[in-house]
Amino acid sequence: MNTLILAAELAYWQQTSIRAVVGLAAVLLPAGTLVYLFLFKMMSFMQSRLGPMEAGPYGSMQLLAEVGKFLQKEDIIPAKADRVVFKAAPYVVLVSTFLLVLVIPGGPDLMFIDVDTGIFLALAVSSISVIGILMAGWASASKYSLLGALRATGQLIAYELPLVLAVMGVVIQAGTLNMQGIVMAQAQGEIFGFGGIGSPFIITQFLGFAIFLVAVQAELIQPPFDMPVAESELVTGYLTEYSGMRFLMFFIGEFATAGIFSALAATLFLGGWYVPGLDPTDTLFNVIGPMVLMGKVILVAFLIFWFRFTFPRFREDQLQTLAWKVLIPLSLINIVATGVLKVVF
Amino acid sequence: MPALKLPGLIKGLGVTMRTMVRTLTKGSHTVQYPKVKETPTTRARGVIALHEENCTSCMLCARECPDWCIYIEGHKYLAPPRRPGGKPRKKNALDRFDIDYALCMYCGICVDVCPFEALFWTPEFEYSEPKIADLLHDKTLLGQWMETVPDFTDYEAGSEAKKPEVPR
Repeated sequence: MNTLILAAELAYWQQTSIRAVVGLAAVLLPAGTLVYLFLFKMMSFMQSRLGPMEAGPYGSMQLLAEVGKFLQKEDIIPAKADRVVFKAAPYVVLVSTFLLVLVIPGGPDLMFIDVDTGIFLALAVSSISVIGILMAGWASASKYSLLGALRATGQLIAYELPLVLAVMGVVIQAGTLNMQGIVMAQAQGEIFGFGGIGSPFIITQFLGFAIFLVAVQAELIQPPFDMPVAESELVTGYLTEYSGMRFLMFFIGEFATAGIFSALAATLFLGGWYVPGLDPTDTLFNVIGPMVLMGKVILVAFLIFWFRFTFPRFREDQLQTLAWKVLIPLSLINIVATGVLKVVF
Repeated sequence: MPALKLPGLIKGLGVTMRTMVRTLTKGSHTVQYPKVKETPTTRARGVIALHEENCTSCMLCARECPDWCIYIEGHKYLAPPRRPGGKPRKKNALDRFDIDYALCMYCGICVDVCPFEALFWTPEFEYSEPKIADLLHDKTLLGQWMETVPDFTDYEAGSEAKKPEVPR
């Protein structure tokens, strides 16, 4: 999009508003799709029920009803809460979500910003949500919220490491941190001299893909890693005191982040906007690229939500054990192996 | 070692996937309630019906009720003697028989304890009310539920007990 907008020679405010509108759509549309497709429907099917069926055909308008319900609810702020921080917390979480979408390419020219440190920026920005969650927990002036926020912080910091380390393998193989470069490396890559399907890194970096998915699951604070919002002991953790609009913002943040992390995984491991058989520099990809990417996002999100709806919650110590004793050593081994093989071949 | 748990994890994923495929191909276990209704099981405990003619207002049900949700009021009256020249008989008339379904916990003790077959379970369950006071069913309403009482199911073969009849 960068080059497209620059080519059209628009004024700065025009470029900015186009970016804002497209950015909103790029965050909210996948989030809505994921909520309907997986949270409403797939979860129901996996529990042998039909899910929402009344609002619109097959309940497709249910999401609007839910949003409307949240909007008309009373916005309660606890008396002892730190009002400014309490109000700011959901925005901090949302900001991290919206900044994440910046680096994901939707086509050869479709990109909000083309930075050389693309994936590094994404992973750095994704950590901002920890601050938002800690703010929410602290400002609520509730012990449940505080405990939930502390658990969330411990968990997010623990799983940030395998997330970053899993990406390292891809970066070593692609030789660049730039997201567009990673897509190109997959599009133009070859598997033992066969370039028919490019070289999606899921084949060579399958371990990295698996670790990335598990870490994403934990980053999203959803089952089986939802200790911070464990309703049987902490009500809903750091969300306990939130209601109405602010709760909705956390909710959107969660599912938008799910969509964006799926997009990151799709870009890093499945070849992003590229489909085999076409020239990756073809401008046709500016049109079909976003759709291809969306298809891959749904594929990855299916895996994420499948885990979510299957497994029960971890205990807190099991959760930390998995991160520090299993995922991080595994991803370190993955990095070493990738590095050695990169030098050898 | 967590690696040893992998087969179990994959098995779990298989369960949910199979359930999803079964739901999509053969339909779900749930029904879309107001449009489709399940047939209640035999002996489903929906609501309690009263056969007023059998009630002697002996108060056993009201006294055994753990929730005290049955209210009975009655009076005695003199019925004409059976044979000419005999003494007039004392009989109990039922003035009020209310069950407060806002309190009832559907334990069924009243139905079990009734010595005169005056109370019956029926599988009807659609009697919710906007006002909680309307859940107090009086004896006319409880009597109307009698129409919905199903016949008793047959006892198992060789049973010596006689199957009771539902008074219609």
